[in-house]
Amino acid sequence: MGAGGMALAGAGRKLATSIGVIATTLFGLLALTFIIGRMVPADPVLAILGDTFDQAAYDRVYQSLGLDRPLYVQFFQYVQNIVQLDFGQSNVTKNMVASDLARVFPATLELAILAIFIGTVLGVPLGIVSAVRRGTWVDHLGRVVGLLGHSTPIFWLGTMVILIFYAGLGWIPGGGRIDLYNDGLVDGPTGMLILDAALAGEWEVFASAIHHILAPALLLGYAAMAYLSRMSRSFMLEQLGQEYILTARAKGLAQRPIVWKHAFRNIRVQLLTVVTLAFCGLLDGAVLIETVFGWPGLGQYLTAALFYADMNAVLGSVLLIGLISIVINLLSDIVYRFVDPRTR
Amino acid sequence: MTTVPKLRAWLLTEDFTSARHARAHQAYLSWLRFSSNPLAFGGLAVIVLLTLIAALAPLVATYDPFAQDFSRALQAPSAAHWFGTDELGRDVYSRLVWGARTTLYIAILVTVIVGPIGFVIGATAGYLGGWVDTVLMRITDIFLAFPSLVLALAFSAALGPGIENAVIAIALTIWPPVARLVRAETLTFRHSDFVVAAELQGASTPRILFRYIVPLCAPSVIIRLTLNMASIILTAAGLGFLGLGAQPPMPEWGAMAAQGRQYLLDAWWLTAVPGIAILIVSLAFNLLGDGLRDILDPKHG
Repeated sequence: MGAGGMALAGAGRKLATSIGVIATTLFGLLALTFIIGRMVPADPVLAILGDTFDQAAYDRVYQSLGLDRPLYVQFFQYVQNIVQLDFGQSNVTKNMVASDLARVFPATLELAILAIFIGTVLGVPLGIVSAVRRGTWVDHLGRVVGLLGHSTPIFWLGTMVILIFYAGLGWIPGGGRIDLYNDGLVDGPTGMLILDAALAGEWEVFASAIHHILAPALLLGYAAMAYLSRMSRSFMLEQLGQEYILTARAKGLAQRPIVWKHAFRNIRVQLLTVVTLAFCGLLDGAVLIETVFGWPGLGQYLTAALFYADMNAVLGSVLLIGLISIVINLLSDIVYRFVDPRTR
Repeated sequence: MTTVPKLRAWLLTEDFTSARHARAHQAYLSWLRFSSNPLAFGGLAVIVLLTLIAALAPLVATYDPFAQDFSRALQAPSAAHWFGTDELGRDVYSRLVWGARTTLYIAILVTVIVGPIGFVIGATAGYLGGWVDTVLMRITDIFLAFPSLVLALAFSAALGPGIENAVIAIALTIWPPVARLVRAETLTFRHSDFVVAAELQGASTPRILFRYIVPLCAPSVIIRLTLNMASIILTAAGLGFLGLGAQPPMPEWGAMAAQGRQYLLDAWWLTAVPGIAILIVSLAFNLLGDGLRDILDPKHG
């Protein structure tokens, strides 16, 4: 036993704590969406019955919805439904919300993954170079990019991109995921069109899908890049001021290994955290960008549901987005344990 | 002529004659540091200008923002209509000016709601610790688990569209980071000698919180709230864009941009102009926030 057993017990306790935290957050997520659902001033019975009904019919529906029971029983029922992936029926599409979500979600995932990739690949090096060459033109450029990214309304930028690059120059398609004549050719396992087309070897569909995703993904990626470059700059500056860097410089190590071998190793964990946060923030932008570009994903589904006051669909989408955030945070927590030896 | 250099000398000297003198000296130094940062100064100038425009909207606007005139619909920018006219023939410049009121109204109201909530929750959690801390922070985490616009969308969907509901929805999503910040600051003072001394003298918990803890957290919270203004404005514009914020015919920049999208190819100015206004104002708040951070919080400078 000894030290090893102690460490194992410590790790077990940590795991138990983080499972407890996730469980309470999940519970809170459900409670919050339940409360939001009850806040709606519209009568859910009228949504089902329409205009013409008698009192008996009203009472019957009222009871079948469980509205006559105490709130905690209703909440319990709600949790039970959610666990069975029953989010209720959409008033607009008349499908079950769960199957609608399964249909639209891959489109958003595809967009978000590409965007976070673009944001990370461009943003992190920009931030690091800005920190290393503090005060030079690179640093100023990085600062301008970051500030604009923080301050630009993304729905407006998207509209302007459509105006200039679609209407003006004709470089990008007008919206959607794919050209009409390529639509429906690929019905793959993942629902992510680019991946499915590549798997099926349909290269024309693949090219069309790439062509369509480029503008929205770059815009979303830009917002993520602004945040990531700013954060990685400040992490890097903090490391470069440390004494071990001074030691490395004193023993004559070149700039490149100092930055990439020494300092970068120590900011990886922090970077992982902010990339996670950027991904969650990106889902916000996705709601607006999908609406602007007619991208048939979760964001567009959510805004359409909002427009028609389709509460089941709204709450289902919001719950799904909350769940994604929790899962992403959990994943980053797990990866962190592998990357950072101190947390083992 | 000689009074100005005298005043400067009095402000700069470190031979203080009174506590007030020392405070004036401190404030003057901060001002010098702030005004030597042209970007932050520019941000402040834009915000002052915005406030003036909002306050004097009836004088600054050239037309009635609600007056419709179909014979003038969708006119391009000209000498008579600086930013053109919209699909109902209303003057875009005048609507932009009145829209400044909506923007400031939302940003200020949200900040006024969020500041005290953040202070009370954060300071209570940090000072009392134990299970109170755990419960409050778990609740905060739940709110933080949602991306903020998505949560604001859900709340405004439940509350119904409208500007007051948008304010409530945004406030509900913005308070958690403020509470977190106040808690973290409180923890650093929690066991300071002056707090312990006050406890030993029998000061009540509210007295310690409001007289000792809150004033010390104030600078970093003010920076945070200033930087938050930018994201409040962007979120409000996003809600307006999706039709959940201010309702027509009220002039609101996000909603103006959204309505303009239908005429994008014929009348680009309907979308371009309000978007640029949102960009400039949120940029100004970001610059001001950064500048304030450099002065009030030198450790992150």
